[in-house]
Amino acid sequence: MIDILLLLIIVACAIFALFMKDLLSATIILGVYSFIMATIFTRLNAVDVAFTEASVGAGITSVLMIAALSRTKRYEHYYTKEQRKKPSALFSKIMSLVLVIVTGAVLVYGTLDMPEFGDPEAPTNQHVSPRYIEETHHDTGINNMVTAVLASYRGYDTLGETTVIFTAGTAVILLLRRKKKV
Amino acid sequence: MKEHIIVRIVAKFFTPFIQLFAFYVIAHGDLGPGGGFQGGVILGASIILYVIAFGMDEGRKRISQKVSDILVSTGALVYAGIGILCILAGGAYLEYAELPLGSHHLASHLGMYGIEIGVGITVAFVMITIFFETAKKERTDS
Repeated sequence: MIDILLLLIIVACAIFALFMKDLLSATIILGVYSFIMATIFTRLNAVDVAFTEASVGAGITSVLMIAALSRTKRYEHYYTKEQRKKPSALFSKIMSLVLVIVTGAVLVYGTLDMPEFGDPEAPTNQHVSPRYIEETHHDTGINNMVTAVLASYRGYDTLGETTVIFTAGTAVILLLRRKKKV
Repeated sequence: MKEHIIVRIVAKFFTPFIQLFAFYVIAHGDLGPGGGFQGGVILGASIILYVIAFGMDEGRKRISQKVSDILVSTGALVYAGIGILCILAGGAYLEYAELPLGSHHLASHLGMYGIEIGVGITVAFVMITIFFETAKKERTDS
């Protein structure tokens, strides 16, 4: 029951964010969206993911969006009625609608084959999960399986992830840093 | 937002607590939810809050450009360096259990601890750097 309510709020947030002309409000609504998403992850017992979603999705992303807005404009460009009625504008509108519907249909088609949520017979619950649940403490000596997978079993992936973040920081410094006047 | 006293006081009051929580999250990644990434983001957010409340120049006084640039790469180096240490100790790259720190369990525990700290440093200071470089500097009337 509460899950359906949360999902409805998410859909409402997404629609409102799309129709907002004030981009600052749209950013705040996306922050709300992320917080509700974090609540849903908590409901699914994925606390680590929920934590990341709350801090990155709701916190940092909103701040960076607002920082980006401070460099551009706060309001969306306003199109007059004639500009909206132009054939080229109508064409791009219809094409994007078709594209969205096709992508959505493909995604829904992809979920049809998935096993039921929490199904003990699902392939993921047959091989990998029991191995992590039973052996993590023996293999690594720590109790949090998520951290063990991230830091030990998949240590290379996390190293790559850190390198990606480092590269992002370097790229921002290279592209945006204002040089001092000589 | 420099002129709003409520924002300033609240930011000043909350920043140390947020930072304490960030260190808690980094340090307890092996016991509960959280870890280097989330803790680093919270640490970055606390400093961004301070900068929003007090302005860019005041923030740069606390964390100079040089320091934050150095720390951005330090975290990644700590991570990779622990991997190299594992090779020097006779194991494979990132095989923490081979580190000479007592029992295998303790060594792998401490190794993971080390890389979480590395991830945290890099994430926190990359977030701060992106914010500093992206946000427009407010005009000062001078």
